[in-house]
Amino acid sequence: MAAAITGAVPAELAGGQGAGPAPTRIVVAYGFWIFIISDIVMFSGLFAAYAVLSGNTAGGPTGPELFNLRNVFIETLCLLLSSYTCGLGALSAEWRRPGRFLIFAALTFVLGAAFLAIEFSEFARMVSEGAGPSRSAFLSAFFTLVGMHGTHVTIGLLWLIYVVAQVVAKGLRPAVLRRLLCFSLFWHALDIIWIGVMTLVYLMGD
Amino acid sequence: MLGKLSWEAIPFNEPLPLISMGVVVVVILVVLAIVTVKGGWPYVWREWLTSVDHKRIGVMYMFLGFIMLLRGFSDAIMMRTQQALAVGNAQGYLPPEHYDQIFSAHGTIMIFFVAMPLVIGLMNFAVPLQLGVRDVAFPVLNSISFWLTAAGAFLINVSLVVGNFARTGWMGYPPLSELPFSPDVGVDYYLWSLQISGIGTLLTGVNFVTTILKLRAPGMTYFRMPVFCWTALAANLLIVAAFPILTATFVMLLLDRYLDMHFFTNNAGGNQMMYVNLFWAWGHPEVYILILPAFGVFSEVVATFSGKGLFSYRSMVLATLGICVLSFMVWLHHFFTMGAGADVNAFFGVMSAIIAVPTGVKVFNWLFTMFRGRIVFSTPMLFAIGFIVTFVIGGLTGVLLAVPPVDFVLHNSVFLVAHFHNVIIGGVVFGALAGYNYWFPKAFGFTLDERLGKASFWCWLVGFYLAFMPLYLLGMMGMTRRLQHIADPGWQPLLLVAEFGAIVIFCGILCQIAQLYVSIRTRERRRDLTGDPWNGRTLEWSTPSPPPAYNFAVLPRVETIDAFWEMKRTEASPVEATGESIEMPRNSPTGFITAFFAVITGFALIWHIWWMAILGFLAAAVTILVFGWSDDRQREISGSEIAQAERAQSRLGRPAWRQQ
Amino acid sequence: MDVDNRPPHGRTPGVEEYESGAGLLSYTVGLALAILATIASFVVSQTNLLWPPGITVGLVVLAIAQIGVHLVFFLHLGSGPDHTNNILALAFGVLIVFLVIAGSCWIIANLNANMMPIPPQ
Repeated sequence: MAAAITGAVPAELAGGQGAGPAPTRIVVAYGFWIFIISDIVMFSGLFAAYAVLSGNTAGGPTGPELFNLRNVFIETLCLLLSSYTCGLGALSAEWRRPGRFLIFAALTFVLGAAFLAIEFSEFARMVSEGAGPSRSAFLSAFFTLVGMHGTHVTIGLLWLIYVVAQVVAKGLRPAVLRRLLCFSLFWHALDIIWIGVMTLVYLMGD
Repeated sequence: MLGKLSWEAIPFNEPLPLISMGVVVVVILVVLAIVTVKGGWPYVWREWLTSVDHKRIGVMYMFLGFIMLLRGFSDAIMMRTQQALAVGNAQGYLPPEHYDQIFSAHGTIMIFFVAMPLVIGLMNFAVPLQLGVRDVAFPVLNSISFWLTAAGAFLINVSLVVGNFARTGWMGYPPLSELPFSPDVGVDYYLWSLQISGIGTLLTGVNFVTTILKLRAPGMTYFRMPVFCWTALAANLLIVAAFPILTATFVMLLLDRYLDMHFFTNNAGGNQMMYVNLFWAWGHPEVYILILPAFGVFSEVVATFSGKGLFSYRSMVLATLGICVLSFMVWLHHFFTMGAGADVNAFFGVMSAIIAVPTGVKVFNWLFTMFRGRIVFSTPMLFAIGFIVTFVIGGLTGVLLAVPPVDFVLHNSVFLVAHFHNVIIGGVVFGALAGYNYWFPKAFGFTLDERLGKASFWCWLVGFYLAFMPLYLLGMMGMTRRLQHIADPGWQPLLLVAEFGAIVIFCGILCQIAQLYVSIRTRERRRDLTGDPWNGRTLEWSTPSPPPAYNFAVLPRVETIDAFWEMKRTEASPVEATGESIEMPRNSPTGFITAFFAVITGFALIWHIWWMAILGFLAAAVTILVFGWSDDRQREISGSEIAQAERAQSRLGRPAWRQQ
Repeated sequence: MDVDNRPPHGRTPGVEEYESGAGLLSYTVGLALAILATIASFVVSQTNLLWPPGITVGLVVLAIAQIGVHLVFFLHLGSGPDHTNNILALAFGVLIVFLVIAGSCWIIANLNANMMPIPPQ
């Protein structure tokens, strides 16, 4: 499957231009791709709010005062590596190696959980310093944007458990592979959004 | 234990909402009792509540839209009456705190629970049939979409009796919608109803974009698709791109209200203008989501009832796609007066004028389609002609409002109210009614009564002009929108004309109800035996009325635009069933059950009953997870079953075009 | 509606032997490039390597580049005809994101400029 969105299937079978209805895998992958686009637009609303409100600190703490860039760098690497292990897991599934798939799925989970642990500790630290989301519009926007991404990561980890359960229970059959494909798309898209968060919120905030 | 909920939430001391809700509850109970007595629940559960068939779902959307039209219209006539009466020293009968809820509910219901369901219902019913396929890409998701929309509608109606609705207008602008100024549950009803139905709408967008791009009959290239499918594609692309913005905006307002955040508050750095900005970044594409499918309906209707192919198919498609993209570049025209500088206002003013051009292209194409055609003045065609005249007027007043200096005088006056009702009634409502009359025989196997259909058209047309043309004048005279009391007695004559217009529209609605009743009573006289009552051009007319669950025994092979017209013209021999079995999706209760728990969760969140909210959410999640685990989602229809059904249709002489 | 779930040429679903090496290579190259882009972003923002007024532009360019790396190496978005729909959907999404973010910034900046000055609190 090469985790490709269309699976490099010739146009005649991909539903393009008069070939008749496309195969299920392509339909599902495309549908999920459209959903991801919609999710990205939702994030853009939150990004826009952050961009507009980032200067409204209401006399409270600002970004540079609060952000720990070393932790951000580690978070970024965790998420990036988890994307890599996710990809390798997808390849393993494609090559029908369930054992390897499970190892990479576990690594993906651990790295994703590490990301969340660091982020949660950052949030807790900020709240304890009086810089919680109710302090100012800037902080509301920060916690919501970054928190919404973190919520998506959390949902992703729960979904990963669910997919692994299906693989263990039912094996790598086509329906399960389709769901794994959707999960991979989701997980990579989250990393893409994180690039935006990292750049706009943390690096430009300096 | 029960959060903010107490017996005080029920308005025992306010007769009006109590009586109206009482009547509604009694009617619902009577209907439920009848179904129970007739032993109809297995049928209702199997054929409707758990159906994932796009045709059934389409019908249910239309049903929801029409029922909610009654609620939205009763709000309208209450407002009109109040404004006709409460002039000068008279106070009318609606105190401000009620009047404010009524105009807020009117707008919210009409946009989200009348116009959207009607338009989505038509797309659900017709698009897969027109594409020559058996269902949409994700049938169970389709069912979830419908039921979540119904859940939102249900919650809004609950607000009539348990608690109150928002008093902020249908847009919910802060700071009025923030806690200090709306501490009660009204705004929360608004936000949660719309978030829940918004998920449903977004899933519809994903579903239909995928269906139209990836699932079409063999041979149906993009430029052989019916124009209705192009407009459906554009509208659903807009849904996918715009609704997430509304989701994000409402999330931010909810966070302000529930977790003491400061996106749009007066203090701590909030920026209320950002809400208005983001709301309309969704809001403008939303109106195009509503109008594009209506344009598509008219393209089908005008071509069919002129006996000619649509004039300039390609420019129609390009105009549709142009509108789709441009609709994201005009949204500031909803708040010219908010204080942007001349450069920003000028840019968006010019873009708003430009977006009128592709619509003009469409109007000319419809006119040229009619030119030298053999026009049949059926009910759908009457609505099309009424639309062309009315919508052009509404569009012109829109271009007028797009000029910032003019808008500075007319913003939030009833001129604006007249404009948007002009385009929504003349465009969306007429389109929905045309589509309803046009596709009804395909859905139910008999046509609607023509005489009552025409009567309803004339009532709607005349009623609309009587109700809204005075508002243009009043707006120019200085009357603002949402007035509970009118100080200037000079305005009363026009307001009385408007009230009369609303009554005429009410007659139109009564005619529609009568039309449905009479049509059902006399249906044997108007059975659609051929499947093609209007001498149609597109593939849905090649199926029997109503079509079998699988739509087509064999997917048609498409060679041209207006594939069915071509099939009739060349007297093509129909493709015989191959004897192979077909796989169709099984019914699923997922949608209904998820929506049930969504209502519980929403209600609990509104009233701050946290344990109920968590349980409701978990239950909905479990429902989805149970569905997500299953692999056995298809059922097989055997080749012999299909052959038998096809033979039975043949014996009845259906469809006629095949019997040559 | 499970229309033809079998891939062409009778191959088992998803197994494309010729791509096995290519798949792993693609992910690994993508990871390496992404790590480089990340490090570069941090360096650009934290040091004076780049002319300070140009730091914002530099960060944006690096972010776009890294997103591109993800799209190509992890999501395998290519330029083939089968990918056209996906590219178009992405382009539409990117347009909307740009309009929403840039549009909001422009509009709100304009509005803020015309607001009364807020008195010291």
